[in-house]
Amino acid sequence: MTESVIPVDAYLVASLPEVWFGVVMFALGMYLVLDGFDFGIGLLYATRNTEHERETLLSAFGPVWDANEVWLVAFGTMLLAAFPRVYSRLLADHYLLAIGFVLALLFRGLGPELREQRSDEQWKRYCDYSFIGGSFSAPLLFGTLAGRWVFDAATLSLPAVLTGVGLVAVSVVTGAAFLAAKGDPALASDLRPYGIGATLAYLGGVVALLTTVVLTDAGGAADTVRSLPAVAVVGSSAIAGAGGIALARRGAYRAWLASALALPALLTALIALLLYPTVYPPTGLTLRAAVVSPLALNLVTVLGLPVLLLVLGYFTYLYRVFSGPIDAEGYGS
Amino acid sequence: MNPTALFGAVDPGWAVALSPELASRAQFGWTISVHIIFASLSIGLAPFMVYFTYKDVRTDEERFARLRSFWVKVFAAGFVMGTVTGIPMSFQFGTNFPQFSEVAGELIGGPLAFEAKMAFFLEAVFLGVLLYGRERVGDRTYVLSSALVGFGAWLSGFWILVVNAWMQTPRGYEMISRNGMEVARLTDPIAAFFTPRMTWMYVHMINASVISVALLVAGVSAYIVWKRRDAEAWNTALRLAVVILLVSAPLQAVHGDAYARHVEDTQPQKFAAMEGHYETGQADLHLFAIPTSPDAITDPRAENLFTVSLPNFGSFLASGGDFDAEVIGLNEYEENPPVALVFWSFRVMVGLGFLFIGLALWGGYLAFRGRLSDSDRYLRAMIAASPLGYAALLTGWYVTEIGRQPWVIQDELKTSEAVSSTLTGAEATLTLIGFVVVYVGLVATALYVLKWLIREELRTLGREPSTGDRWYGPLPGVSDDD
Repeated sequence: MTESVIPVDAYLVASLPEVWFGVVMFALGMYLVLDGFDFGIGLLYATRNTEHERETLLSAFGPVWDANEVWLVAFGTMLLAAFPRVYSRLLADHYLLAIGFVLALLFRGLGPELREQRSDEQWKRYCDYSFIGGSFSAPLLFGTLAGRWVFDAATLSLPAVLTGVGLVAVSVVTGAAFLAAKGDPALASDLRPYGIGATLAYLGGVVALLTTVVLTDAGGAADTVRSLPAVAVVGSSAIAGAGGIALARRGAYRAWLASALALPALLTALIALLLYPTVYPPTGLTLRAAVVSPLALNLVTVLGLPVLLLVLGYFTYLYRVFSGPIDAEGYGS
Repeated sequence: MNPTALFGAVDPGWAVALSPELASRAQFGWTISVHIIFASLSIGLAPFMVYFTYKDVRTDEERFARLRSFWVKVFAAGFVMGTVTGIPMSFQFGTNFPQFSEVAGELIGGPLAFEAKMAFFLEAVFLGVLLYGRERVGDRTYVLSSALVGFGAWLSGFWILVVNAWMQTPRGYEMISRNGMEVARLTDPIAAFFTPRMTWMYVHMINASVISVALLVAGVSAYIVWKRRDAEAWNTALRLAVVILLVSAPLQAVHGDAYARHVEDTQPQKFAAMEGHYETGQADLHLFAIPTSPDAITDPRAENLFTVSLPNFGSFLASGGDFDAEVIGLNEYEENPPVALVFWSFRVMVGLGFLFIGLALWGGYLAFRGRLSDSDRYLRAMIAASPLGYAALLTGWYVTEIGRQPWVIQDELKTSEAVSSTLTGAEATLTLIGFVVVYVGLVATALYVLKWLIREELRTLGREPSTGDRWYGPLPGVSDDD
């Protein structure tokens, strides 16, 4: 019965492996955009001193972070489903980074959840350390991991570290813009300088990273970096960054959020350009060599892709329900 | 076992580390043991939560509002713990067992991705609504959110068990060569998803989760009733839990018996380890086994156990009616699982299962006589039994997973071949220690959260003269001075 519905020996469309590369990169992009501003909230949290401000940030974080984090699972499992060798090599070859990253996520997620369980200062301080420390280490380690993957670089090499730091910086940008767009003018103007500073740091970091890559030809990526699409992506990032700064200065926070969210999306586009068609540069593994057989890929396409659209639908719903002003009391329960 | 095979000195100068294989297996076993408590909490609590939310919205009675609020908080705390402990699970397929991911990628990748997309997102998104959205959405949407969260939990379990069942009884694939490696290619998705083990495992696991949560709900309710006899909500919850146990506990025994026969059919080596059966031939059924010498604890076999056995009943059950049927013994195999762990885990699980039936019948009798909350002895028994569902659930999984060794995919890939070849013993030992430390803290925190919720509940119930003494059972002690 299945055979008649789902072709066994040929991909549904000839370019289905490339489509799936796009789908996997889309999930990575969703993760970097959505959990990115969660990390940013955690990092900006360190700059807030009053209990009221801290609870305001936690109220913005609470309803959405868990759903945002699921994009990481979607990215990982779709990578496994479509390109199993990339999944296994990526994690096995970067063992400590990968384990460190999931432990950082653990501390990031538990801190805020546990904070409200007790009112004494010591307990809250430990929970805050957990939240802030996790929100800093998770993007740093994930970015370093991505840098090692894309540029075939060592953990403590310039390309890997710059990618890690860049991810931290871009998280601060989106976190600041996300909180500013929530509508509290005092909070927005407080956070704006951090967002602007982080934008400049991020753009500087991208330039430094790509210069390093061109000079050292890390992972054989120099040619790709000099290619037209990559230059266009980097140029768009500069425009989005500069535009974001201008919008933030004028207090157009919703527009700032839109341009800020473009930065991690463009970063993902750059990663995708660098990984195509050699999806695992450290061993030179290409997309077509890594992809699963037609039946398996057709099956995840037919059963999985419509569900992905549905997921986007209820994400929209979630953000609509929790859009608008936040207050320190949370949304009530 | 040869100790030098287990403990390889990586750098004698500074550290002695476990071998990558042993450390990886210990790490996966430890992290899944903690994770599955939270995962099954979501599955088992889902029907309770949906029921309380529905009754709360429909009847507007204070007792259901109270129960809804309490158990949604427990669900949410468990879900967060389940998320943060669940992500390391799928990561470890890559970090520690990359050959497994690569060999089985086509077969397990799809179901794992379906789990994330169909189930995990659904739970996470609508739990946000359930927790923070009471004032922002209508009644109907609120109840629907609760049902979607519950459905997500059950669907999540479905896809995860599709993967595990395939590892026990792999079907629907052929081995091909890709990138210089023998990997499984999907040939028949229906056979691969609905393997012979799948429905057995799903029913057994869902029911085990419901039993575990029913015992937890009963224990918490018994504790609060014991402190505040007239707490209406908690009398309701206790009755509900007893009713659910009356159905689920006997069902598990009947189903488990048939399940064991299926295991004998499909994984005879595991079944032999469960029974400590070495010589191929007729098998007795050991109802009870008591060690007669210390050896029996690590090496249980007929010679060193005092058993109450039904002669040839092992053959009878395994074959479905033939007392003389041949049951394959462990001596037939070159490499066996750690028999003692499987043998004793199986006995703990079955023993606890019968205890639960007893507790359910006792509670049912008391409820029938209308004396459920008057019996101190019963309340104390249920408080003591509150964590035991998880003990049975974990030992059941130890039988399933340790009993499959040395295979990770039955008869296809050995666990030793699946372990990362680039992993060093020092790295693996380091992360193992990290996970042990962090997860001990995590479990302690989970218990602390439960204690805090109970204390708050007692507070809001008001200060009536307590009828109970301080209790040092498995639930946290809460005195009136708190």
